[in-house]
Amino acid sequence: MKMRIFVPRDAGAIAVGADDVVAALEQAAEKRGLSIEIVRNGSRGLYWLEPMVEVATVKGRVAYGPVSQADIPSLFDAMASNGPHDLRLGLTDEIPWLKRQTRLTFARCGVIDPRSVGDYRRHDGYKGLERALTLTSDEILADVTSSGLRGRGGAGFPTGIKWKTVAQTQADRKYIVCNADEGDSGTFADRMIMEGDPFVVIEGMTIAGIAVGATKGYIYIRSEYPHAVAAMNAAIAAARRTGYLGERIVGSNHDFDLEVRVGAGAYVCGEETSLLESLEGRRGIVRAKPPLPAHKGLFGRPTVINNVLSFAAIPFILAGGAKAYADFGMGRSRGTMPIQLAGNIKHGGLFETAFGVTLGELIDDIGGGTFSGRPVRAVQVGGPLGAYFPRALFDTPFDYEAFAARDGLIGHGGIVVFDDRVDMAKQARFAMEFCAVESCGKCTPCRIGSTRGVETIDKIIRGERTSENLAVVEDLCNTMKFGSLCALGGFTPYPVMSALKHFREDFGPAPATLQAAE
Amino acid sequence: MMSTCEPWNEARGAEIIAEHDKLEGATLVILHAMQEAFGYVPEPAIPMIASALSLSRAEVHGVFTFYHDFRHEPAGRHVLKLCRAEACQAAGGDALAARAEARLGIALGNTTADSRVTLEPIYCLGLCATAPSAMLDGRVVGRLDEARLDALVAEAQR
Repeated sequence: MKMRIFVPRDAGAIAVGADDVVAALEQAAEKRGLSIEIVRNGSRGLYWLEPMVEVATVKGRVAYGPVSQADIPSLFDAMASNGPHDLRLGLTDEIPWLKRQTRLTFARCGVIDPRSVGDYRRHDGYKGLERALTLTSDEILADVTSSGLRGRGGAGFPTGIKWKTVAQTQADRKYIVCNADEGDSGTFADRMIMEGDPFVVIEGMTIAGIAVGATKGYIYIRSEYPHAVAAMNAAIAAARRTGYLGERIVGSNHDFDLEVRVGAGAYVCGEETSLLESLEGRRGIVRAKPPLPAHKGLFGRPTVINNVLSFAAIPFILAGGAKAYADFGMGRSRGTMPIQLAGNIKHGGLFETAFGVTLGELIDDIGGGTFSGRPVRAVQVGGPLGAYFPRALFDTPFDYEAFAARDGLIGHGGIVVFDDRVDMAKQARFAMEFCAVESCGKCTPCRIGSTRGVETIDKIIRGERTSENLAVVEDLCNTMKFGSLCALGGFTPYPVMSALKHFREDFGPAPATLQAAE
Repeated sequence: MMSTCEPWNEARGAEIIAEHDKLEGATLVILHAMQEAFGYVPEPAIPMIASALSLSRAEVHGVFTFYHDFRHEPAGRHVLKLCRAEACQAAGGDALAARAEARLGIALGNTTADSRVTLEPIYCLGLCATAPSAMLDGRVVGRLDEARLDALVAEAQR
């Protein structure tokens, strides 16, 4: 029997040698005169085990990892005989880290061949679209609304309301835009799903088009993600060939087509109005709101703009899963969140689970603590604009409101772990520096405040008039937070202020400073 | 990478513009295509793009200079990008960046005098669970340590 072997084409797996593993497997097969089939799947998201190689057996797929080129000769024989091997992890579906997740959005990621529409369909793909085609626009919108889905990019705005606004706005044409400008450090879920299950994004966008009456969509992918760009383009071509994109999709009366556009290294373009400017071919300068993109978005037309993960959640919801989706979660955070564990962490990767899991469970239990083996000192949740949390706040449940109540945010669900060697004054300085470099320049608090912030933190680091300068930083942060046009300037204070509040000892002597400033 | 790029040629530039100028909001697409072909965006391309898209030179220049990706001059033969964002910082990226700078004798953002290597910072490759990470001429590398970094630097210098 021909062996069917899975080696991820995911950029994270390639970065640690997946392509070399494929070459070695082909060589080993040739040497033994055996015929094998290698499927380049997505990653299952267990990155400490990448490259994770799987082989199909009668009992299901068996995983091995982390595999290096040098392991291939012995591994090949173990796979062929289904015998023991040091890297054998057992049946993939039984791996505890995977088994305890609730994979709704990432159900197929790492399972299917991301270039095959047929494989996607065999794994329940396009069931959401098929059902959506039998529904009215209002019925689709009702499903999205009742699922409780909120924008997964970070803002957490209810997706159903956004779509409804676009549906009710009259215009000669409308657009669907997918924000795949995943610039937050510590996040990679968009990249993973685009590389591992691109059709789910296409399907979600197509359903959005049908719901609001749009026939054209754009996926704006950052240039730092060449593998995701290639994967999306290949999937779009495959969807067109099979009638899932283009005119009269799958024999219906709906037209819908997609185009990938590539960013050019501007972090601020992850902000939706800046992204729209960039898509229109201009500088990524943030727009003032109103008008909302739902009323006047791309080229002045009503536009649904959502994050990759929001669109990717839609097919499950439309395939009859709206209630099931809403049954997961806590409070106003319904459904599941693909959480990304990154930085100095032992078990880094993608963990999709219902809202409500605590930060401590995620770091200590699921993540296994630090990779360095040293104590965890700080974790940044939600990217460069997210707050640093100390261990004392590890009881915070993963939930939009719970994080906001503790002056933080969950953002796009990325968690970066730092051990006890981290210098929090340096991290605070970096937050300001990053904002200064990436500011679009439109509003003064962000453009000037961030540069003044770097200068002032430098003075604190040098020990110059610490208490006065800490008061200046706090004042700057308040100005930026309440006076900036978008989240870049508005949220940069989160990492800065949280570092100051929870790690005051890293900012030099005079612990009474903050009270004195008040 | 540079070796695969063509020298600037006006006719070729016009051809690239003609391939894309019917797209909605084509400016970035054309700038990317120019850089792909020539390794940077040559100055004479700016007024040509402006004219084709009915924009002012200033508008196209503004777009060109807004984005970090677009080059004003060719890069070195090899481009080594080191991720400098938080996840890589947490995994020891600062020390590795300093090591790369010392090995190449240049600061991040510069090209070696022999034009072999351009060393650049990049803010997140999305390889945050296999940090620290880098990209050499479009090839991604994760779980960097001193030995892997040294090998990358040596490869870039070849």
